[in-house]
Amino acid sequence: MRAWEEFKKGIFKENPVLILVIGLCPALAVSSSANDGLGMGIASTFVLVMSSLVISILRKLIPSEIRIPIFIIIISTFVTIIDYTMQAYQPELYANLGVFVPLIVVNCLVLGRAEAYAYKNGAWLSFLDALGMGLGFAFTLTLLGTIREIFGNGTLTLFNIEMINFGEGFKSALIMIMPPGAFLTLGFLMALQKKITEK
Amino acid sequence: MVSNELSWYFILLSALLVNNIVLIRFLALCSFFGVSNKVETAVGMGIAVMFVMVMACAMSWAIYNFLLVPYNLEFLRTAAFILSIASLVQLEELYIRKMLPALYKQMGIFLPLITTNCAILGAAFLSIDYRLNFINTIVYAVGVSGGYILAIVLFAGIRQRVALAPVPHYFKGYPIAFITASLMSLAFLGFSHLFGL
Repeated sequence: MRAWEEFKKGIFKENPVLILVIGLCPALAVSSSANDGLGMGIASTFVLVMSSLVISILRKLIPSEIRIPIFIIIISTFVTIIDYTMQAYQPELYANLGVFVPLIVVNCLVLGRAEAYAYKNGAWLSFLDALGMGLGFAFTLTLLGTIREIFGNGTLTLFNIEMINFGEGFKSALIMIMPPGAFLTLGFLMALQKKITEK
Repeated sequence: MVSNELSWYFILLSALLVNNIVLIRFLALCSFFGVSNKVETAVGMGIAVMFVMVMACAMSWAIYNFLLVPYNLEFLRTAAFILSIASLVQLEELYIRKMLPALYKQMGIFLPLITTNCAILGAAFLSIDYRLNFINTIVYAVGVSGGYILAIVLFAGIRQRVALAPVPHYFKGYPIAFITASLMSLAFLGFSHLFGL
C-alpha cells in the first residue's frame, strides 16, 4: 500500500512542475511540441530513476559530508549516457532539445529527489518514488507540448506519428509555440490545477 | 546566433537582449521565480550570478580547450564542468567571507544556490557550442549575466506591484507570476532580429 502511495504522489498530488514548481527550465523550453516534451520527459525519467536507484543502494557507503558531489557524479554519469544514446539513435530529437539534454544534470528535480528521498530510503521505494516523479514530469511536459502545438501549429505529433492535423485553413496562434506561450500555458495550467484541488 | 565573426558589442547585445537567457532561452527559471519577491534580493542574486558566471565560463573554456580536447575526453564535459563549477562556488564563498565581509553579507546566502542555477552551466555549454574564443567567451558571459540581472530586477519590480493588485483567486501566487513573465517575454521578443542578430 505504501509503495503504491509513493508511486502515485508524483503524478498529481506532488507533481514536480505544477505543485513543487521545480524543473521549470526544461518544462518551458522544450515543450513547443508534444513530441519534444515527451522525449525530454523520458530522458529525465531515465536519469532520475537510475540515479535514485544507485544512490539508494549506495546510501550506507556515501559519507554525508561529501554526498552532494557524489550525487552529482552519479547523476552526470547517467546524463552522459542518455546524451550520447540520444545523439546516436534520435538525432532529430537531440537537435531540438539542444543544450537541455546535458543540462538535465542541474535539474533540481533529480538532485532534489536524491537528497530528499533516495538518500533516506531503500532501493524499492526510491525506485517507485523516482518513477512516479519522472512520469509526473513527463506527463506535464507532454500536456504542455500538446496544448502549445495544437494552438500554435494546428498539429499534434506523438512518438513521431502525426495524430491531428487541422491543415492549411487553420489559423494558428504562432505566439503559443514561441517563448511567451510557454509561460502563459503553464500559468493557466497552474490556475486550473489550483481550482481542481481546492474543490 | 553568436560566433567569433561578430564584433564584441554585437555578442554582448545578443546575449543581453535578443537571446535573453531567462525570457527567451528559458534558463535559470527556478531562481527567476524563487527570489524575485523583492527588488533588493533580486539585485543581490543578479550580482552573485554575474560574478560566478564570468569566472565559471572562463574556467570551463580553459578546462575544455586545454584538458578535454587534447586528450579526446569531450564526453566528460558534463561531469567536468558541473564539478568544477560546484568547487568554484565553494572557493568563492570562502574567499568572499574572509576578504570582503560587506559583499558577503549582501550576496552570501545566494552563493550556495548558484551551483544548481542552470544558467551558469548553460552559458558554459553554449559558449563551447558556439566555439567562441577566450575573449568572446568572457564578453558572452558578461552579456548573459547582464541579461539575467535585467530580467530578474524588472520582474521583481512588477511583482511588488502585482502583490498589491486585485488578482482572481485561482491566479494568486505562481499563476499570475507566470502570466507576468509571459508578457515580459513578449516584450523581449520585440528585440528579435535587432541588427540582424
